[in-house]
Amino acid sequence: MIEARSLILHTATRFLLPLQLLFSLFLLLRGHNEPGGGFIAGLVAAGAICLYLFAFDIERTRELIRFSPHDLFGVGLFLACLSGVPALLLGYPYFTALWWRPEFPFFGEVALSTPLLFDIGVYLTVIGSVLAIVLALAEAEE
Amino acid sequence: MLYAVLSGFVLAILAPWIFQAAKEKTGWFLAILPASLAVYFSTFLADVRELNLEEIYTGLDLRAVAGEGGFAWADHADKVAALRDQLVQHEYAWIPSLDVSLTMHLDGLSLLFALLITCIGTFILIYGGGYLKGDRDIPRFYVFLLAFLASMLGLVLSDNLIAMFVFWELTSITSFMLIGYYHDNEKYRKCAHQSMMVTVGGGLAMFAGLILLAMITGSYSLTEILAIGYNNPEAITEHPLYVPMLILILAGCFTKSAQVPFHFWLPNAMAGPTPVSAFLHSATMVKAGVYLMARLQPALNDGYIWMIVLPVVGAITMFTGMYFALRSGGYKQVLAYSTIMALGVLTMLVGIGTEYAMKAFAVFLLAHAMYKATLFMVAGIVDHETGTKDLTVLRGLRTKMPVTFYAAILAALSLGGFIPFFGFVGKELMFGAVLDANYVSAFVVALAMATAIMGVAVAFILGLRPFLGELNETPKAPHEAPLSMLLGPVVLSTMGLVTFFALSLVDEGILQSVITAVYGVGAPGDFEIQWWHGFTDPALIMSVVSIILGVVVYLKWDQIREWMNKLEPVYDHGPEWVYNKAMYRGLPLVANRQTRFIQNGYLRNYIITILMTLVVFVGYAFVTRYMAEDPSFAFTLDIEFYHVLVVGVMLGAALFAATTPSRLGAVASTGVVGFTVALIYILFSAPDLGITQMLVETLTVILLVLVLFRLPEFVTLSSRGERIRDIIVALLVGALITVLLLVTGQYEFHDPNIYGGASISQGHIDGSVPLAHGRNIVNVILVDYRTLDTLGEIFVLALAAMGVYAMVKFRATDDEEVEL
Repeated sequence: MIEARSLILHTATRFLLPLQLLFSLFLLLRGHNEPGGGFIAGLVAAGAICLYLFAFDIERTRELIRFSPHDLFGVGLFLACLSGVPALLLGYPYFTALWWRPEFPFFGEVALSTPLLFDIGVYLTVIGSVLAIVLALAEAEE
Repeated sequence: MLYAVLSGFVLAILAPWIFQAAKEKTGWFLAILPASLAVYFSTFLADVRELNLEEIYTGLDLRAVAGEGGFAWADHADKVAALRDQLVQHEYAWIPSLDVSLTMHLDGLSLLFALLITCIGTFILIYGGGYLKGDRDIPRFYVFLLAFLASMLGLVLSDNLIAMFVFWELTSITSFMLIGYYHDNEKYRKCAHQSMMVTVGGGLAMFAGLILLAMITGSYSLTEILAIGYNNPEAITEHPLYVPMLILILAGCFTKSAQVPFHFWLPNAMAGPTPVSAFLHSATMVKAGVYLMARLQPALNDGYIWMIVLPVVGAITMFTGMYFALRSGGYKQVLAYSTIMALGVLTMLVGIGTEYAMKAFAVFLLAHAMYKATLFMVAGIVDHETGTKDLTVLRGLRTKMPVTFYAAILAALSLGGFIPFFGFVGKELMFGAVLDANYVSAFVVALAMATAIMGVAVAFILGLRPFLGELNETPKAPHEAPLSMLLGPVVLSTMGLVTFFALSLVDEGILQSVITAVYGVGAPGDFEIQWWHGFTDPALIMSVVSIILGVVVYLKWDQIREWMNKLEPVYDHGPEWVYNKAMYRGLPLVANRQTRFIQNGYLRNYIITILMTLVVFVGYAFVTRYMAEDPSFAFTLDIEFYHVLVVGVMLGAALFAATTPSRLGAVASTGVVGFTVALIYILFSAPDLGITQMLVETLTVILLVLVLFRLPEFVTLSSRGERIRDIIVALLVGALITVLLLVTGQYEFHDPNIYGGASISQGHIDGSVPLAHGRNIVNVILVDYRTLDTLGEIFVLALAAMGVYAMVKFRATDDEEVEL
């Protein structure tokens, strides 16, 4: 099924992919206040890369994501676990949420928090897991 | 004090790098940690002596204020905290919602154990460096030894039952790694495996017992449990759960402390390198069970069951241990069996439970740790420098190894219970304790006497025989060991002599505090230990008789062994035989049948099993709990026309999916079901769920596209009967879930800890912005309120990905077995 290439799909994907990835980042970051979050954002990003896979081929897709999907979900799980550690160091129970609101020039106040780090972990885990499954199945196809 | 425990784990992680830098001197460097911890702990000696346990326990008596049905600790947190401050040195909330904390406390018993672990640990690290010099795996030895040492410290210092259990299991795991150090030998691996299976199996039983104990007392804190035992002992011992709880906890203690019939793992655990044996069997691992029994004695001793079970098991264990020690021919084997004897004695003494027995317990514990560590290290030296540990071959080493001889003879005389050694005091008090035991006194006295006689003979076999007589041919030419290996034995064996003369100092310094803690009442000053009770003291007479008969047994050793060996067939069918049958025959058989039955390879059968389990258990609880008492079905349904429309589409699609003969059609109509579900989420204003559902549906389509053409042709595999069964299962599950959702929707669930104190769902909504700084409640629940749940879910997701990957990548074809 990956044989059949369409010029339209090919061209459209080149423009859609960055937009979709940007959109997934947007969903990830706004998730705490508006619909979105790491899980949804991860699914969007994974869907975008799947589209690329259909438009091009496995090799190009692997080049695109650069890291092995296994590394992605490994790093994701690591970040998620790590996000509980600052609370431990300050003497709170593991995974107590901590917030930090530094002032940046041009951006103004930016809210950083351990739940955000956790959400990024979720995001990477979802992308990694979905891609690991999809790429494994696609490779078996060939 | 928490850092004292954790420092061992940290150093364990760093040990390989320290080894790269320090090479052969690593043992000396690493020993600095346990040595400084020993100094640190000894600064608490005076504090512990001044502890007034009775005052603390009385202060913790909350009966007057406790409500019906138990002890309301939580309502009196301030009072409890103030009183416990005397005892508790460091508190850290680990999992507060489950009442698990890393609270470290220190009383006489914990302190004595902490000192033994750190002092002997120091010598073992130094000794191990010499013993394993040049071994390629030596960094691993350091890593696990330090981790073991830290776990052991955590075990004896924890105040929280769950934390203690975690450390307890950590000692089992790290000791597994230590015993299996020579991992390229299959026999040794098997020994390590056996020791872990027995101790971890018992540990699981104990875990259940500890939870029962917490249910009885309403507390996971040892201090609070002991306070209840002090103020209101019937609350524990008369409780209907008392007997099951006792059985389960003792199962853990007996397996860990190698009581008959679980004793067989201990001699096999000699498979580890000698420093490991010396550490595990003198002061640590195997003493953990004894520690817990002594720790809980004041609370769990009901004056009857406890006072019969423990002495009987202990006495049988000590006799069995000594009997087999006398029969064995290997140096380490004899030592292993004599360790079983010592554990039996300690269990027996804890069980007898009198003031006298507690004195004997404290003295015996200390004496045994010193001489047993020495003798194990001597065994290692002899093995290392001569190449054999066969006691029938080893003779005449005194001139070649004078220093080792010195340490061995001193330790052996303490083991045999000779004046003027510390072991004598222990034996004297032990005889005194068995003579005035409340129950089964004649039985324990007889076994104690027999054990003591054999003990004297074993002492000579270990301390004298290898060193006296003509020098025999050995695989290596014997010579004296290096300083690193001699330091520990010499210091510890000399201590056995010094402590006898400084008895009152040791007694006041630590032993009295130990006795107070184990006995549960009284102040340290009440327990003065004396070793001399006059010539007519029956214990002294027993001691003298045992020495005389022991010498006779020693001289006739060869003959007696021959007699003992005639019973060989009986030994071959002991508990170990049962264990091996169960483990290597029974377990695979059951596993095989069970796997064939449950995991039969048909996905539909798995699903039916899972769904029917759900229906049966949840349905049972629903009928017996909810329907039985005043059920309410007063839900209101606001149905709009578009609801009917969506549900109609959904039902139609589902029916089509179930009946269509086309696979593509089934896939497409399942997709329709998914999208209508998403629509329902959106109708009920849950955009996050709607988006997620849509995305998941999209990805499902992608996945199906990838596998669709690989599937075999669509054929009907199920018969008519199976289809009817499937329909029934599907309807049951659907009905159950529908009813459950309708019923639970009627109620608001309350939790006093929730924000605002209102219902849980309202609390989540109200707390979202002030507590979690987020307006999207779904996300707040995922990443803040219920982070641990989400963490579990993403781990499952990653695991599923790995599972699919492994299944697709490592498919076994018909003619080749794929090895992962």
